[in-house]
Amino acid sequence: MDGTLKIPSVTGIDVELRIAGPGGRSYAFVIDWHIRVLVALAWMMVSGFLYFGSLAALGAGEASPSDVGFIVVLPAVALYLLYHPVLEVLMRGRTPGKRMAGVRIVKRDGGVPGVGPLLIRNLFRLIDSLPFLYLVGLVATMLTKQCVRIGDIAAGTLLVYDEAYAGTFDDAPTSRGIERLGLERAELVRDLIARWPELRPDARAGLARRLLEREGPVPEGLHDDELRARLEQLLK
Amino acid sequence: MTGGPSMDKTSRWLEDRLPVWRDVGARLDAVERGRAAEPDDVVKVIAAYPEIARDLAIARREAPRGPLTRRLEQIYLELHRSIFRSPSHWRRDLVALFVRDAAEIAGSLRWQIVWVTALFFASASAGAWLINQYPELVGLFASEAMIEQVQSGQLWTEGLLNVVPSSLLAVQIFTNNIFVSLFALVVGIFYGLGTVYVIGMNGMLLGAVFSYTAQHGLAQRLFEFVAAHGFVELSVIMIAGACGVSLGEALARPGRETRVQAFQRASMRAAKLMVVCCTFLVGAGLIEGYISPNPTYSLTMRVSIGLGYLALFVIVLSGALGRLPRTAK
Repeated sequence: MDGTLKIPSVTGIDVELRIAGPGGRSYAFVIDWHIRVLVALAWMMVSGFLYFGSLAALGAGEASPSDVGFIVVLPAVALYLLYHPVLEVLMRGRTPGKRMAGVRIVKRDGGVPGVGPLLIRNLFRLIDSLPFLYLVGLVATMLTKQCVRIGDIAAGTLLVYDEAYAGTFDDAPTSRGIERLGLERAELVRDLIARWPELRPDARAGLARRLLEREGPVPEGLHDDELRARLEQLLK
Repeated sequence: MTGGPSMDKTSRWLEDRLPVWRDVGARLDAVERGRAAEPDDVVKVIAAYPEIARDLAIARREAPRGPLTRRLEQIYLELHRSIFRSPSHWRRDLVALFVRDAAEIAGSLRWQIVWVTALFFASASAGAWLINQYPELVGLFASEAMIEQVQSGQLWTEGLLNVVPSSLLAVQIFTNNIFVSLFALVVGIFYGLGTVYVIGMNGMLLGAVFSYTAQHGLAQRLFEFVAAHGFVELSVIMIAGACGVSLGEALARPGRETRVQAFQRASMRAAKLMVVCCTFLVGAGLIEGYISPNPTYSLTMRVSIGLGYLALFVIVLSGALGRLPRTAK
């Protein structure tokens, strides 16, 4: 269901971003919803306890309505309601939930949305959340080509998968490896070594064997560690 | 065993370019995260954009789906976003919104405002007539407790300050008013019909309640209560309604634009105008919390406050602030 968003540029080198579908969006929303509910509840409990001495005083109606309103209830409601608009503006189209789900909000040209579009997409939550459990929004993401809810249509935004930007290039293959294998295969070998512990022993042995066999015959019965050592040798 | 000359070339290219990419990444971080970026960083980042584009093209040729290509795509995308991002002058934009933009938008919506206001007063008249003819139907518009209070010769607003402190009351009121206004706006997405329904219902409610209180000799007291805050509050509801109708109009009659484009433009205009209107609703809420329920304020004072606040609202939305002579620097 996931499509792509093509970002044209003046250099003629375009980049494509993968559009997040209803699944990715819902996942981010559920995380964010839990965070804001927990933060709001935590505020109510901690502020109630610190200011009034005990939560029992709150329940027994001993505290004044003004104090309860301003210290306990209003900040909690504000935390809950302003979570998305404030964090999306401050984190440039992300929230903690979106970050965990690996998605972010972008404009139709792939750029970071400004305050206006972010506020509009949050304003239309009033419609997207109708009649309950964000049903309108969910149905809209299922029916629209770019998997957007009404708020995104109004604001001209969409959600894309966002790989964490890492500018270090520490895992780039070595020169020797590239000279020997070419960039593509050197990266494959580098990648396989990096993912070695995550893969099943039979799967990684099969992959290692296929890569090694391109460089020459590989004796049968090589142990897991020996295969890995031979791969590492290719890059040295 | 080693590869051919092209592999040597790729290896040298990677060796040459790796430090450049690391440097660009660090500078990009500095530009994006620092409040005031160093000019040298900015110049280097801009200069790097076409270079990284070329590197990306090479990487795509050599290893189309490899991690290096993905990494370069990320850097390239971040550069693209950073360079082509619209400048952010939020303080200046906010001032311009109150001084100029809101007036322009309100001016472009004048006919919608006229029609929505007419609808509101027509509905209010209908509500007033209905309750005048059939007082027993007041239960459709008011709660049991409200009706009982009015029947006993008291307004539900009296003694409000004994129950809830002004500060809390003000916050509750402006939060509720902002919610109602924004709701009246966004339901305009149903081709404007949602807004028409919300405005019509609010008009009927107001007319019905005024008519019912009039039957019990309390209309003047109700007017006294609403005089200080009601003018601006109602005006904002009308404007929110007009914005909602404009959303519906954009969907129904998009003109030369596509429906989506027209809808986005109408939403942006409406949101800008509502920022100004909601600011005034906060003020109206404070007046309603502190002044309206306080019996020490006379009717003259209340009307003066209400009209004065309305005049300020009109000044902002007429663009008069933007026409004020500026002091030369």
